[in-house]
Amino acid sequence: MHLDEIFFKIMIYLLAAVISVPIAKKIGLGSVLGYLIAGIVIGPFALELVGSEGEGVMHIAEFGVVIMLFIVGLELHPSMLWRLKRLIFGLGGMQIGFTALIFSGLTAFFWLNTAQAITTGLILALSSTAIVLQTLTEKGMLKTRGGRHSFSVLLMQDISVVPIFAILALLANQIVTDTSVVEEGASGEGWQQLLIIMAAVAVIVVGGRYLAHYVFKLIAETGLRELFTATALLLVIGIAVFMDFVGLSPALGTFLAGVVLANSEYRYELEDNLEPFKGLLLGVFFISVGASINFNLLFENWKTILLILVILVGVKLIVLYALGKLFKLEKSHNMLFTFSLAQAGEFGFVLITFAAQNAIYDDFTAGILLIVVALSMLITPVLFIINEHVIQPRLAVTEKLDDDDFEENGHPVIIAGFGRFGQVLGRFLNANSIKLTIIDNNPHNVQYLKKFGYKVYYGDITRKEMLDAAGASAAKALVVAMSERHQIDKLVELAQKHYPHLKLIVRAEDVAHELVLQNKGVEGHRQAIFDSAIDMGVSTMSSLGYNKHQSYRAALTFKHLDKRFMKNLQQRYSKDDPHFLMETKKFSEHLENILLLQQKHPYQEMDCAWDTHSLIEEAKEGGDLSVK
Amino acid sequence: MEQKSRVNKELIEAVADMEHVTVNNLYERYPDFFIDVKYEQGLLLKHDVIIWHHPFYWYSSPALLKEWFDLVLEHGFAYGKDAFALKGKQVMNCITTGGRESTYAPGGLNRYPITDYLLPFKQSAYLCKMNYLPPFVVHGVHLLTEDEIENYKKEYQQLMMSLRNNN
Repeated sequence: MHLDEIFFKIMIYLLAAVISVPIAKKIGLGSVLGYLIAGIVIGPFALELVGSEGEGVMHIAEFGVVIMLFIVGLELHPSMLWRLKRLIFGLGGMQIGFTALIFSGLTAFFWLNTAQAITTGLILALSSTAIVLQTLTEKGMLKTRGGRHSFSVLLMQDISVVPIFAILALLANQIVTDTSVVEEGASGEGWQQLLIIMAAVAVIVVGGRYLAHYVFKLIAETGLRELFTATALLLVIGIAVFMDFVGLSPALGTFLAGVVLANSEYRYELEDNLEPFKGLLLGVFFISVGASINFNLLFENWKTILLILVILVGVKLIVLYALGKLFKLEKSHNMLFTFSLAQAGEFGFVLITFAAQNAIYDDFTAGILLIVVALSMLITPVLFIINEHVIQPRLAVTEKLDDDDFEENGHPVIIAGFGRFGQVLGRFLNANSIKLTIIDNNPHNVQYLKKFGYKVYYGDITRKEMLDAAGASAAKALVVAMSERHQIDKLVELAQKHYPHLKLIVRAEDVAHELVLQNKGVEGHRQAIFDSAIDMGVSTMSSLGYNKHQSYRAALTFKHLDKRFMKNLQQRYSKDDPHFLMETKKFSEHLENILLLQQKHPYQEMDCAWDTHSLIEEAKEGGDLSVK
Repeated sequence: MEQKSRVNKELIEAVADMEHVTVNNLYERYPDFFIDVKYEQGLLLKHDVIIWHHPFYWYSSPALLKEWFDLVLEHGFAYGKDAFALKGKQVMNCITTGGRESTYAPGGLNRYPITDYLLPFKQSAYLCKMNYLPPFVVHGVHLLTEDEIENYKKEYQQLMMSLRNNN
């Protein structure tokens, strides 16, 4: 392929995505369906803009799934993964087992020989990690109970891809008895293989825990964004290649690496950098799935294909629903779980091709199955829509959302900016047992603070992805404690736009900035230096011999007057009025007068706590009223 | 005045939403003890019945309410020969105590009846030309059952209603 041809193909793919996805999202179909339809449209059976290279593209684009599992791993702490073990191995194992058994039985009874039946059962038991995770993430349902159950099953399926490959190879051996290519003496090499796999896992865990940290720090300190992106990509691709080499699923390997790095302070930055690649590659993957559907074969055998499709989805729905019930999922969560996993998955493409190459399937059977798998993926977004718009509304009346699904994931307070100012603030909140997510863009701070046991993340918090990753949707308050004004304003705007529920407590640079923030409707804010300046004033007064409490009361008076003044100012000048600077000046003059007056008659107007003037006078007149 | 008192909080909540009743929580309004004297005096002028609602700390009121007395009841406003701002208003204590009622008697741990301890309040009211009503006292708050608290809440509401209707 010539270079200009490659560019043309790239253009077609991107154009298809850019046109179809927004339309699909607008009419409520979700991005996945948009991509799939775009693939069909540009595919060999409609516009013929892309053709034979589709399979190769699909192979490359599958890497999107690998990145996605890495990112999912990043969001899953090891402890949480441990808590999911019952779901992964119990629920996931049973789903694969039962579904494979039923499909094997059905196909053996009606259609295929034993080897083909076992192969088909195993392949159709798998679901599509790419479509399901993408859709659940897009809809924000991954962290609900139903979403977590779906995820656990998908994870178990990814784990079982490798053994399934091994079984297929064994079956192929039985059929083609004279081949000596595959799995000669598999049991003898099994131990060796297991040792290699365990060593590989150990390399990832140890490397992720002890080495990655130093590498990221080194890269972050260069301050070059693209270098961090390159490192992140290198990490994921490197692990994928490594896993392939030792014979493990790349998706599983990167997922494991993600989990290991979930506690790293660079986790959000990694997520942030990989997100676009993941999205783009998955998009291309979905397009190529759409483009791969062989419509000629489909039209010739549409009755058979439709029948298989209905049986496939029907059986999966029943098995999933029963298992959901067995694992005590509430009805609305069980519906999400059931409807999300009722398709065949992308591993189906690989496994079917592999089986055909090893003469388990003839070309016709393989072709039919490939179409069934693709079509089942195509209708998944439709199943999601049915669940969301037809089934859930009926259940919504009887069940309410359980809040703690969100609780365990996010801390109530996010502190943006953890320099000297943010640190004091953080210590204060920490001392009051308030859980914090801290984000800072200085790798030095991050490093230093980690030593003191803080949970600090490195990244640019003025980007929306960062707020998402920091758990802004579950947090209650965002403390903006950075020092640069334009960054503060940017973040405030971002938070107000996307997370109106967040209480904003914002550090203001000066009086003018404070006023601007007030006009933006920000409730809490403080001039960063204001209070400490007054505190120093109190110390100064004390050193001059004023009594300590008197100095303290003077500071309080000053602060309250200032607050009242700011309120007046804000009421008078609503938006973007330059006059407030003049007013500010007037204020300081006004204050000077007050303070002068104060010196002559201490606390006359503002603070009459121990004012005895009038009392003494009345006493002199002969009254006896003294209570002070 | 609620601070760390559970029963106090419940009593306040029982009457907070009643018509013509204003709850002025000093610890919420003045976290730094910096009392806005003019505002407080304005509140006093606007109401006919004043209730000092507080837990009974060391046989008296919590510190912030004492500060309120020191600052708000100014000479020339609340007392003094030309001061009539509070004249004729009804005033009373509503207090909660940890000790049971039986302890506030000769021979009991607290030795004197509760009204003895409340004398400074009674005298302050007198000095301000106000009419001091008998106190509403909830004793032994640490040992109260939910039902008993419910009863006290109802009683407090009824008291509030009769005060409102007679003034």
